[in-house]
Amino acid sequence: MQSTTLTGPLLTFRHGIHPEEYKELSSHRPIERMPFVEEYILPLSQHIGAPARPVVREGQRVRRGELIAEPAGFVSVGLHAPVDGTVTAIGLFGHPNGQMSPAIRIKADRFSSQRLTLAPPIPPEQISAADFIAAVQRAGLVGLGGAAFPAHVKFSIPEGRHIRCLMVNGCECEPFLTCDHRLMLEYADELMDGVGILQHFIRAEKIYIGIEANKPDAIAVLREKAGGGALPIEVVPLQVKYPQGAEKMMITAILGEEVPGGKLPLDVGVLVSNVGTTVALSQYFRQGLPLIERVLTVTGPAVRRPANVLVPLGAPMRAVTDFCGGISDEAARILLGGPMMGVVQKSLDVPVVKGISGILALTDAEVRDFSTYNCIRCGRCLEACPLFLNPARLGLLARKGLWEEMEAYNVLDCFECGSCSFVCPSGIPLVQSFRVGKAMIREQKARERQG
Amino acid sequence: MTIIIALVALGSLTLLLALMLILANKKLYVYEDPRIDIVEDLLPHANCGACGFPGCRPFAEALVSGRALPGKCTVSTDAGRQKIADYLGVALGAEEKIVARLACAGGINVALNRARYQGVKTCQAASLVSGGGKGCFWGCLGFGDCEVACDFDAITMNPFSLPVVDVDKCTACGDCVEACPKELFSLQPISNRLWVACKNLDAGDEVLEDCQVGCTACGKCAMDAPGGLISMINNLPVVDYSKNHNTQAPIQRCPTGAIVWLDDEEGVVKGRESKKIIRKGERGMGFS
Repeated sequence: MQSTTLTGPLLTFRHGIHPEEYKELSSHRPIERMPFVEEYILPLSQHIGAPARPVVREGQRVRRGELIAEPAGFVSVGLHAPVDGTVTAIGLFGHPNGQMSPAIRIKADRFSSQRLTLAPPIPPEQISAADFIAAVQRAGLVGLGGAAFPAHVKFSIPEGRHIRCLMVNGCECEPFLTCDHRLMLEYADELMDGVGILQHFIRAEKIYIGIEANKPDAIAVLREKAGGGALPIEVVPLQVKYPQGAEKMMITAILGEEVPGGKLPLDVGVLVSNVGTTVALSQYFRQGLPLIERVLTVTGPAVRRPANVLVPLGAPMRAVTDFCGGISDEAARILLGGPMMGVVQKSLDVPVVKGISGILALTDAEVRDFSTYNCIRCGRCLEACPLFLNPARLGLLARKGLWEEMEAYNVLDCFECGSCSFVCPSGIPLVQSFRVGKAMIREQKARERQG
Repeated sequence: MTIIIALVALGSLTLLLALMLILANKKLYVYEDPRIDIVEDLLPHANCGACGFPGCRPFAEALVSGRALPGKCTVSTDAGRQKIADYLGVALGAEEKIVARLACAGGINVALNRARYQGVKTCQAASLVSGGGKGCFWGCLGFGDCEVACDFDAITMNPFSLPVVDVDKCTACGDCVEACPKELFSLQPISNRLWVACKNLDAGDEVLEDCQVGCTACGKCAMDAPGGLISMINNLPVVDYSKNHNTQAPIQRCPTGAIVWLDDEEGVVKGRESKKIIRKGERGMGFS
């Protein structure tokens, strides 16, 4: 810990970039609940790991919150019905990642009150650590920051390891997105309760809640809630810089330590949990609400009424944007997620899945011209990369298809923040080609493992 | 005097070392069949691996030891293979030629784009961004990763951004099969002439919206095919090549020309009832 005041020099990491924020579009809008729509499509693969295995049949009636697909292995989570309704199909449907993937389609019951009828599970204070992990897996909890990594895998601390520090990630460094900001303001009690549940099992010496300094109201609210409590919580304002919300960057900022390449925060005794995940944890154990809805920020200059919306998972993107007044004709590009790491979409006919934190509609004014020029060796990408990789070199290797050499230059450590592409004056698609390289290396490794 | 000492010393050292090398050569000699070198010279040196061995040298070793027959080399010419067979005094082991076939006919003149993809101009990169700009999830993206991957210049992109395989040049090495992110290429015996050039798993008019030559899963080909030759699986006809498939009957009533006959002389033959595509330009963009 170096400093904790709002006035002094704020904590941060080295390198990174300062994109324009655009958060004022939606940061003052309270979270609204979206009305139920007619049809929901729930891809079985909404998380990293093995796709869930369906436990319902076509034509079966399901209750809101009922398990419809069970985890298929340890790195896999359950899936629950977001509405009372009938399973109308189990088949291939479009997924936001651009693939056709197996999914369950549920037609909502028009006359249902959609009240949650499930009883909450046993209070976490009364169960063992193993039962807690199993419950989190059943609840379908994944990291809601964007990666959708199963939460129970993260929470499983191997025997003999000690977590000295629990961090709650409320940075939300992506421009435009405000859903975590609103969660911290409106769900502060649930957030604190979630922290308490985690702390009960982790028993960390210190708990940090990291928030970028552009959210003073959230810092104030959480400081008030944390003060006087029994937990060793400290709310840490962090410098506004992208990608401050990446977990490795947050650890570097708060503790002043680096997580070595290829290692996890666990290896330095830290556990980082996103604000949304922590709130969902509390909602499951106290109210019995599994992960069947999440908060999305629908924003951008081409959205008629930017808002933060609580959306049942599986709702079509089009229904969500229509709820926000629709997308105007000036829209040039639609992304799922923030502008830095979000994925461009060609169609709004895909469902909301667990890992998506926003829908962003940009106009021509925000979209950069895609002409590419030669690398002029200015070195700005080297100064932007938060992991101190060499994007210029990697870009060159990617263009030549030298995937093995890219691996030698540690491209697998790259978490695709996009800072290099953002600063490149020649408009070279750096991070885009690293994504290809990483996919190729992973494919190669999978092939080697098969023999 | 000094120079003589140096000459004698170095000279004797040279002789001594030469003697050691001669002895080592005799003692550690490994016999290698001289035919391996000759056979390797007769092979095309493409090192493509289509024969199933890591390269031409291991294949030559296999040939000499009788573990393989010359017909396995798909790159060499008929005369070249015969030469090896004659030299080794073995049978040619003629195998049917295998070629790469593309299961998509959706060029830019017939397939609709839902979005204009900008970025790294390779299929691999495009497929990572929402599956590419094409309306059809399964179709060819047209950036030519396969053309780049092909070591034999057997694949060229036609004016509609669709790869065309030159059957004569194709050696069935399988590089294009690996390169295609949509898994549209497969290796087929050249006699498999009845071919389904579509991988779209949707059915009905939805398919036509995205691509005018897509399979609508009408099932006419399966009805017309003799003796269960074609079955409809997941909204696509699947030809059972273990049955007699030497018939053009199934393609005749195909309304879109998704199932075709690949003829040596005439090229791709479509059925009588399939719509003629005369558009030469791009079909363009469509928003839903």
